[in-house]
Amino acid sequence: MKRYSAFAIAREAFRHHTGWERAWASPEPKKEYDVIIVGAGGHGLATAFYLGKNFGITNVAVIEKGWLGGGNTGRNTTIIRSNYLQDPSAAIYEKARSLYETMSQDLNYNVMFSPRGVMMLAQTQAEIRGYQRTAHANNLQGVTTEFITPQRVKELCPIIELSGPRYPVLGALWQPRGGTARHDAVAWGYARACSDMGMDIIQQCEVTGIKQSRGKVTGVETTKGAIKTKKLAIIVAGNSGDLAQMGGFRLPVESISLQALVSEPIKPCMDVVIMANTVHGYMSQSDKGEMVIGGGTDGYNNFTQRGSFHHLEETVRALIETFPMVSRLKMLRHWGGIIDITGDRSPILSKTPLGNCFINCGWGTGGFKAIPGSGWAMAELVADGEPRELASAFGLDRFQEGRFIDESVAAGVAH
Amino acid sequence: MLLLTCPYCGVEADETELTPGGEAHITRFGADSSDNDFETYLFMRKNPKGVHFERWRHAYGCGKWFHAARCTMTLEVFGTYKAQTFEPPKALINKIKKKRPNWEGFVK
Repeated sequence: MKRYSAFAIAREAFRHHTGWERAWASPEPKKEYDVIIVGAGGHGLATAFYLGKNFGITNVAVIEKGWLGGGNTGRNTTIIRSNYLQDPSAAIYEKARSLYETMSQDLNYNVMFSPRGVMMLAQTQAEIRGYQRTAHANNLQGVTTEFITPQRVKELCPIIELSGPRYPVLGALWQPRGGTARHDAVAWGYARACSDMGMDIIQQCEVTGIKQSRGKVTGVETTKGAIKTKKLAIIVAGNSGDLAQMGGFRLPVESISLQALVSEPIKPCMDVVIMANTVHGYMSQSDKGEMVIGGGTDGYNNFTQRGSFHHLEETVRALIETFPMVSRLKMLRHWGGIIDITGDRSPILSKTPLGNCFINCGWGTGGFKAIPGSGWAMAELVADGEPRELASAFGLDRFQEGRFIDESVAAGVAH
Repeated sequence: MLLLTCPYCGVEADETELTPGGEAHITRFGADSSDNDFETYLFMRKNPKGVHFERWRHAYGCGKWFHAARCTMTLEVFGTYKAQTFEPPKALINKIKKKRPNWEGFVK
């Protein structure tokens, strides 16, 4: 792999940019691998990357039924934060956030990580108490957050309307090192680094069955033929239920559509990420100038990648209350992603009833921010066969034992 | 935008008039059941790609709970029926089978 650098751009400029090579190879599958990862989204590719980097396991295939990063990795609102209430969540999300800080250097790929700060508005008395509690918890967990006054909110984001017709802004939970990153670049950067380590990224190849013998995985059936493997990692978000069924086990997961939309590009007007969970809307401005807006989830399970219209209406209404200037913006694009929601709104990184088969799913509405931390913890789980500290609380057995990591209250809707 | 007909009051209601209630016909296990059964009742869901039987409440109408059969891939509603039953009506199952020949049928 040729390194990307200022020098490389200069060199290519002198030869009409004819020397750029493909970022990753597209090989045909081999007969057998040490590890097969199903799903070439952010989490799957990050798992492959840390398997190679931290454990030296490079005989790995990442199999993807569509195209690389074409699922929820390309459909989220790119927000990165780690201000979670519960210790296990704060640990894995903060690990992820800290890895984002150096990701561009680690991958030699510009992921445009922008630690511009994330603010969660408190608009009711209950939210004030809730976010003060989260700020205290974060201080104990080593996550830098603080509860700030409305005046500070206005200083950080002048376009906000503090008095609000329904819900005035009473304060905010502020994480100065949260921010955004270019979501496609995260997938592409990991893919390039994995390909460079000799891993096979196989796109347009759907897994149609999981082969097992004596309670252990032996391989997968795919649309490009059967492939043997010693270990299997299923990292497919909304499609987890399908894969689990092939593996012969159940998951406490339901798939729901979550929506987002993007406005026409405008001049820079907002250099923080703002989430308003009571009125339900969140917004940031991309480097292109588009306002990136996150909507709500449907109340019923579906696989439509579209979502109900009234959720959009609610989101836009809330944002116009909070940011009156957006009322005249035209919306350019709108889409939905299929997210996998668990009973306690926390992810699953776990062994499964099938031997040597591991699953990483249930990230629900907040998977993008977790990509590097999730990949790190999942690589440990796949390499050792047992979870280490980061993943240990996220086992499938917690639903039977009642050992939940309840973030549904702490994180609100905008997970 | 989903339109469901409430089988009690006969109103064709928009989804904003209704509250979704999740998978229908699940077996409710009590406190004296095994850990596995109780977990199944609380958390395990079929989450199918395709035909799904589910509960809805006509919240801003007659207030009653009813059941619906819907496709999770296309949002096509096959029909709704009253909640006082342990399984979907035969006529509805036959109707779905006609439309979806590959459907494996209702599995409790």
